[in-house]
Parts: sequence; C-alpha cells; structure tokens
Amino acid sequence: MKVHADRDVCIQAGNCVMVADSLFDQDDDGIVVVLVDDIPAEEQDKAREAVKLCPSQALTITQE
Amino acid sequence: MTEATELPPLHMRRDAFSPTAELRKIRETEGVREFTNAFGWQVYLVTRHEDIKAVLSDHERFSNERPPGFAVQGVPQATAEEQATARAGNLLGLDPPEHSRLRRMLTPEFTIRRMKRLEPRIVEIVDAQLDTMESAGPPVDLVENFALPIPSLVICELLGVPYDDREDFQRRSVRQLDFSVPIPERLELQRQGRAYMTTLVARARRQPGEDILGMLVREHGDELTDDELVGVASLLLLAGHETTSNMLGLGTLALLRHPEQLDLVRDDPDAVGPAIEELLRWLSIVQSAIPRITTTDVEVAGVTIPAGNLVFPSMPSGNRDADFIDSPELLDIRRGAPGHLAFGHGVHHCLGAPLARMEMRIAFPALLRRFPNLALAEDFTDVAFRTWNFIYGLKSLEVSW
Repeated sequence: MKVHADRDVCIQAGNCVMVADSLFDQDDDGIVVVLVDDIPAEEQDKAREAVKLCPSQALTITQE
Repeated sequence: MTEATELPPLHMRRDAFSPTAELRKIRETEGVREFTNAFGWQVYLVTRHEDIKAVLSDHERFSNERPPGFAVQGVPQATAEEQATARAGNLLGLDPPEHSRLRRMLTPEFTIRRMKRLEPRIVEIVDAQLDTMESAGPPVDLVENFALPIPSLVICELLGVPYDDREDFQRRSVRQLDFSVPIPERLELQRQGRAYMTTLVARARRQPGEDILGMLVREHGDELTDDELVGVASLLLLAGHETTSNMLGLGTLALLRHPEQLDLVRDDPDAVGPAIEELLRWLSIVQSAIPRITTTDVEVAGVTIPAGNLVFPSMPSGNRDADFIDSPELLDIRRGAPGHLAFGHGVHHCLGAPLARMEMRIAFPALLRRFPNLALAEDFTDVAFRTWNFIYGLKSLEVSW
C-alpha cells in the first residue's frame, strides 16, 4: 500500500501523526511527511484510519 | 433582544450534557431544518455527520467570509474600513487562500512535536493549580480554580499575554460569546479586546519576545499588518480560554457522573487518550461550527438552500449520529471515537487541537490522582450550565474530596 500526501492541501492538523506516528510526521512547519514508502501489511489499518481522519483530505491511498 | 429565561436557539438546547431529543428527531427525519438563530434570522441547521463533513470540506460553496453589506440587525452598519479592520487576522472569518496564508504562519507553533516540548511546563502549571486547590481545602469551585486557570496560563505564556491582566480578558471572553448579552455590548467588548491587544502588538513590534507574538513579528513582521497581528492574537486568546477550560469543567462533571469510567482515567494511563476523544465527541462543547454562508444554491440532505443563506453545522448532533457511531448517546471512554467532529473538519479544523489534547491528557488524570475521592459538592440539578454560550460548559462546579 502507498499513501500520497498533498502538502499544499495539508492544514497541519496533525491527526495522521496522532493515529500513525510510525507512518507520518510533520515538518517544522507542521506539514505532513509520509515516512514509509511501502506501508507494511500490519500498519495498513492505521494508514486507512489516518486517511479517513484527515480534515482536509490531503492523504490518498494511491496503491492498495 | 433575548431574555435569559427564554430557551436558547434550537441548536444550543441541551438536557444537561446531551443535545435535546428535538435535534435527534431532525437528524433522523429531514436532516436539515430551517430555524431562527439568536439574532432572529432564518438559517439552516445541518445535523448529520456526513453532511456536516461535506459542508465543512467545501469552502467554495460554504464560505466563512461575509459579503459586503452583511450586518446584524439593530447594529449600525460598519463602514467598509471598519469591517476590514474587524476582519483582519480573524482566521475564522476568512476563506483560502487568505486563510491558508495566515494559518501557515501559526502552525509551526502547534505541531505535535512542539506540544511535546511544552509538556513539562503544562505539568508544572497543573501541579501548581492542584497545590493551590489542596491548600484552600474543600469545597472549591473547580471552574475558577482548575478548569479556567490552566488553559488561561498556558495560552498567555504561549502567546505573550501578561497573566496579571487576566481579570479583564477573562471577563471579556466569556461575555463576548454569550448570546444573551446584547449585541452592542458584545461589540464593545470586542473593541476593548482589540484595543488591549493593540498595546501588546505595539510592544512586541518594539521588543519581540520568545512567544507567538514575538515569533510572528520576527518571522512575518513585514507581511503582517498590525490589524492582522491583533486579529490573530485576539482569536488565539479567546479560543485558548473558552474551549479547553469548558472541556475540563464539563468533562470532570461527566466523569463524576460515570464513576467506573472516572476510575479508569485515574488508574490506567492507556485509557486517557481514548477517553479524551470520547469526551470531546460526547460533550461537543462547540455548539456549532462558525456559520457558513452559501455562495450558490446548494443541496444538503435533499434540501435546497438558496445562495446567500447561513448554514449552521451542528457538531453536537453530528457527533451523536448513529450512522457515525454505535450507541451514540452512551459515553464509553474505551472506544476513543475516531472521526468525531468536536474540532471541526476541513481547512478550519481547530489549530489548537494538539494543545487542547495535551492539556487534557495531563490535567484530567492529575486532578483525579491528587483527589482520588473527588465528588460533587452540590446537587447535580443545581449545576449551572452555560446555556447561552457559543461554547457549552459550566459556569461553576462545586467539588470536594
């Protein structure tokens, strides 16, 4: 699974980091950074949760 | 003008913690209802979880800005210049791209990493407040001695506002958001608040400190007008006071009414994070999102809303939508309630959410561990709720231990 983060759309709410800090981080400006290129099976539920919780829809699953 | 004895507008009515059955009926039937707001206008209430998300995600058709000439009845029409001044820096009155420009200047101060660096200082503030309570001895008003001072001290330090001035700005902030206070008085309080903040901005321009105002002056001083700095700082001060403080007060009361869940928050550190999310959902203290104005004819839940109308997304209703969460009327701190709308949704999602969560994660268990026998020291039926305020909560809460 791959997740794409649109850094222009990100509003720095940090919800993704809150639910999946092994997969997402914020840079110094608070903007999302995806830490893992290929998301391992055991982390995929967390990734889906982060995508769902993003208030600005900055995250999309590009490859299941 | 409204009288305190009247019922508040439909979307603000509660039965203690919970929205009234009327709101649930709307959600379960037509979904969107025209109703009369605190100013006597016909506006539209949006009650379902998915519809609220759709409205809040769509800033092009549901705008936070107000068209020229938009005015509250009974208030002299402001000049374009006055309107621009009052609007400057108020993130909640702006749409992208203007909104995004200002928000991005502030977000470095509210990242999760930044909040972790603040954690030890918040622990100190909470402990000091508990010491004061303990030495005063029971009974004490938990709102005045715990729920309000903790977020107030934190936002003052963060922002660079002298806590010694709190009597004035705390009094202003609670009345500014109270719909039973006449509009001219609320506007006057807003004017006084801006005048006060103007003095702090002038000082930060001369001598920028190690706080948010100082950071904004140092890093963005050339791109921000004084009006914008005043607007941003006034909003953060207001938001920092009226939100977390009401969660701490009302949340403590909710736990006291659910003792087995209170025990969990006190005794199990892993229970605290999910508990806070569920308290945020179940209490939904922000009575509605900032009303959006339709920029075109739109349809929500099959109801056509013509252009130029105000839309009130009801977070308390959306957070108790059975299509969003099972047994929505139950408080169950174990479930964590991911996806709740208490912090809003879309580009205006609460900027201070990581700070609010951090303050609550520290304050609730610290209170319950310091006073393991914490109890209500007044009858539940006597507890004074903030019936008319934009942010729901408690006026006071007598507790003993």
